[in-house]
Amino acid sequence: MRMLINVPETVVADALRGMAAAHPELTVDVENRVIVRRDAPVAGKVALVSGGGSGHEPLHGGFVGPGMLSAACPGEVFTSPVPDQMLRAAAAVDSGAGVLFVVKNYTGDVLNFDMAAELAEDEGIQIAKVLVNDDVAVTDSLYTAGRRGTGATLFVEKIAGAAAEEGQPLERVEALARQVNENSRSFGVALSACTTPAKGSPTFDLPPGELELGVGIHGEPGRERRAMMTSGEIADFAVHAILEDLTPRNPVLVLVNGMGATPLLELYGFNAEVQRVLAQRGVAVAHTLVGNYVTSLDMAGASVTLCQIDEELLRLWNAPVKTPGLRWGV
Amino acid sequence: MLDADFFRRWMTATAASVDREADRLTALDSPIGDADHGSNLRRGFTAVTAALEKEAPGTPGAVLVLAGRQLISTVGGASGPLYGTLLRRTGKALGDAAEVDEGGFAEALRTGVDAVMQLGGAAPGDKTMIDSLVPAVDALPDGFRAARAAAEQGAEATTPLQARKGRASYLGERSIGHQDPGATSAALLIAALDEADGE
Repeated sequence: MRMLINVPETVVADALRGMAAAHPELTVDVENRVIVRRDAPVAGKVALVSGGGSGHEPLHGGFVGPGMLSAACPGEVFTSPVPDQMLRAAAAVDSGAGVLFVVKNYTGDVLNFDMAAELAEDEGIQIAKVLVNDDVAVTDSLYTAGRRGTGATLFVEKIAGAAAEEGQPLERVEALARQVNENSRSFGVALSACTTPAKGSPTFDLPPGELELGVGIHGEPGRERRAMMTSGEIADFAVHAILEDLTPRNPVLVLVNGMGATPLLELYGFNAEVQRVLAQRGVAVAHTLVGNYVTSLDMAGASVTLCQIDEELLRLWNAPVKTPGLRWGV
Repeated sequence: MLDADFFRRWMTATAASVDREADRLTALDSPIGDADHGSNLRRGFTAVTAALEKEAPGTPGAVLVLAGRQLISTVGGASGPLYGTLLRRTGKALGDAAEVDEGGFAEALRTGVDAVMQLGGAAPGDKTMIDSLVPAVDALPDGFRAARAAAEQGAEATTPLQARKGRASYLGERSIGHQDPGATSAALLIAALDEADGE
C-alpha cells in the first residue's frame, strides 16, 4: 500500500485538520467530526445537514457554506457517522426554523439519521428528512436495500440549499429536495477498484481489460462485469440505463462525476460522449458540471447523473454558492 | 442466576473475540461489503469495555443498556444502530432486577432480536445477522452451548444465500457463495455468552 497517510486510524481526523487550515471560513470540530459554516446559526434560515462515510470528498464537508449545507458530519471511511455527530451538527446550525437532513439511501446512513432525528426532536429541534436514491443500477429495489444515493446528492444539496438561503420555510425546502431527488437518476462505472486505508488492498479484483458497470460509491463491485469499452460505448450504456427510467420532458442538469482517480482529460472526453447520446435522444441540457464531486477514494471511473428541472429549480441551481467544493456567483 | 458481573464478562469476552477475529470479519466483508466490519466493531467494543471499566452498572439491564449506547455512539454504519439496539432493547427488557434467570434472559434477548428485525427490516434468510441470532434465541432454552452451536451453524448457512438487505444486496446473485460478515459477528456475540458462562 502506498498512500499519503500516517496511520489508517487517523486519516479522517488528519484530513479534517488540514481542511480546517485551508478553510478558515468553516468551523471544523476535529474531535467531534462536525463541519459547520462559520456564521451558523443564521437567523430565520432553515439549516441543511448531511453526512456520510468519508472517502467521497468533496462530498459532504466540501459542500458546507452559504447557498448549500449548513453542516456536515463525516464518518469513518465508507461508514456512516454516528447519531451524536448529527445531533451536534443540528444543534449548532438550528436557528429555530428547523433542520433538513439530507440522507443517502444506505442502511447505515438511514438508521443513524433516524436515531439522530429522534434525539433532535427530543431537544425541540424541528427535523425534516429527504432520502436520496438515484442509482438506476439497482434494479430490483424490492429485494435489496433500495436504490443507492449517489450523484444526485449534489443536486439536492445545492438546490435545497439555495431555497433555504432565500428564507423559504422547512416544508418548502423539503418539498424541493424531494422534487430534485425524484427527477434525478445516476449510473456509475468503475475502471478500477479503490483501496481503503483500513484494508490496504483493492476492495475487489478487476482484471486488466475489464470494467464494472453499475457501481456505487463504496468500492463495491457493480451489477455486471464486461470487457473494456470505449468512452463512447460507456456513455451509450450509462445514459440509456438512465433514460430507461426517466423520460425528461424538460431540460436536464448533467453531472459527469469522476470517482477519484480519473483525470479531467478523460472526464471531459467522456462528457463529450454523454452530450452526444443526450442530443441523439433529444434531451435538452441546461447546465453541465464535470469534475470529481462524489468520489470513491482512488477508484477510477465515472458516473453520470441527470436531473430534470423546471424554471424554479434552474433559478435555484444558478443561485450563488460559496463552498470549498462548489462555488459560483459570489 | 445471572448477575451484572456475568453480563460484564459477556461484553468483555465479546470484545476479546471481536478483537481476535477483526481481520477475518473484515476479510468476509471485503467481497460483498466495504471491508470494514471488523475494524468498526473493534472500535465499538473497545469503547464498551472502556465504559464498563469506568462505571460499573449494578444490574444486568444497566450493563447492556450502557453497552448498547456505546455501540450506537462509536460504530457508525448499519452495525452501530443494529448491535446497539440489540443490546439496549435486551437490557431494557431485563428491567432493573439485580439477577435474572436463564429463561428471563432468553425472553429478553428475543425482544432485542425482534427490535433489530424491526429496525433493519430484515427477516431470516436475507443473509444478515438475523440468520444467526434467530436460531440462537430459539436454542437458548437448551443452554448457552446449544445457542452458540445454532448461531455458528446459522452464520455458515448464509453462504449460499442471496443478500436482500444491507450493502451486499446491491450485488444481487454475486453475493451468493460468501458467508455474511454480520451473521458471523453475531455468532461471536453468542459464543461469548458460552465463554462468559464457563469462566
